[in-house]
Amino acid sequence: MNWLIEFFGSAEYWSGDDAIPIRLLQHLEYSFLAFAIAALIAIPLGLLIGHTGRGAVIVVVSANAARALPTLGLLVLVVLLIGVGTLWPVLIPLIALAIPPILVNTYEGIRGADPDLRDAAYGMGLRGSQVLFRALLPVALPLILLGLRLSAITVVATATVAAYVGLGGLGRYIIDGLATKNYAEVFGGAVLVVLLALAVQTGFTLLNRVIVSPGVRQVR
Amino acid sequence: MDEPLVRWDWIARNWDNGGPTSVKVLLENHIVMAFVPVVVGLLIAIPLGLACARYRWLYQPTVGIMNVVYSLPSLALFSILLSVTGLTQTTVIIPLTLFSLAVLIPAVVDGMQSVPDHVRQSAVAMGFQPMRRLTRVELPIAVPVVLAGLRVAAVSSISLVSVGALIGQGGLGYLFIDGWQRQFYTPIVVGIVLVVALALIADLVIIVAQRLLTPWARRRA
Repeated sequence: MNWLIEFFGSAEYWSGDDAIPIRLLQHLEYSFLAFAIAALIAIPLGLLIGHTGRGAVIVVVSANAARALPTLGLLVLVVLLIGVGTLWPVLIPLIALAIPPILVNTYEGIRGADPDLRDAAYGMGLRGSQVLFRALLPVALPLILLGLRLSAITVVATATVAAYVGLGGLGRYIIDGLATKNYAEVFGGAVLVVLLALAVQTGFTLLNRVIVSPGVRQVR
Repeated sequence: MDEPLVRWDWIARNWDNGGPTSVKVLLENHIVMAFVPVVVGLLIAIPLGLACARYRWLYQPTVGIMNVVYSLPSLALFSILLSVTGLTQTTVIIPLTLFSLAVLIPAVVDGMQSVPDHVRQSAVAMGFQPMRRLTRVELPIAVPVVLAGLRVAAVSSISLVSVGALIGQGGLGYLFIDGWQRQFYTPIVVGIVLVVALALIADLVIIVAQRLLTPWARRRA
């Protein structure tokens, strides 16, 4: 508790480069960038693979690899290989780790849709893409949102670890605090990261309420 | 790039050099820190999961809490625990146990739900007492679903241990820090390969265990 007062009460963390609002904005900026790029790649790909049934192997392999690959190792290796300087060497592993949850859940959502629904949509004269976007997508939405949530959580956590290879954001407090044995800073930073993760989690719960069709929600 | 990705002589020299950071020692620490949370998690998840399956009102709140736990970044949890448990393996083991629980409790509940009602009723009709019905009928049927959860928990646990290197307890994760500080690829590559290999082996062991535990599934196939 004293650490929290020491951290949040210190003027050092409210002005300059190391100010909490600046670190928080950085964290949000990197996380959002990586998350958005990952979603732009993974959602269309997942829809395509789920709808056509071609390339399902990619989904399985990426799901397993994402779980087994150690984040920290991937980060240091990619950044060492590409070199520090710009943001991209750090963003690439972040994006790579953010893709699998979205890809897997989008694919599962479309694949797992009731075959009767698919047949009925075709029977009503809808074309392939109409079936996908008007019938299957709304039904798959809860799973897709789950994938997006898991991915957002992964990105926030990984961005924290990425402070080790020089990324700004809230992870800086933890990494810098550990390096200088300033445990109040470590603790305060960790609490901020936890609060951010909880905010993301809550945001997705609310989003789920707003955009998932009430009919779909009832069935589940 | 002059530096090769892997210097084989480094591996030969550092596999078992007697020091606390020889690859062999790191590997052993890694296995302990990854394995304990999964086993403890399973031991806690089975009774809790059974309770949730039996008393439905417990299920929603438990899953809600587990979802929140699962969303917490490992590094943040390690850092918060540092003040309680210090720079020990426990600091890594406790959060990973929580993550395992977040995967395993829903798996146990889903597993119990995968037992068809007519099977449960047949067992009752045949005179199985509740405890025997649980151990002889329901749990064996739930095995595939529980083990699917166990695979996820084990593989995640193995890869997450390495983040602990940032607080000085990361098993093979130490190799990432070492490689980064010396701008030296070999330890990093060795670390990644060993972590992925460990995950694959754990996955295979659980698949084999599932085949042994559910001989009827094999016969049917």
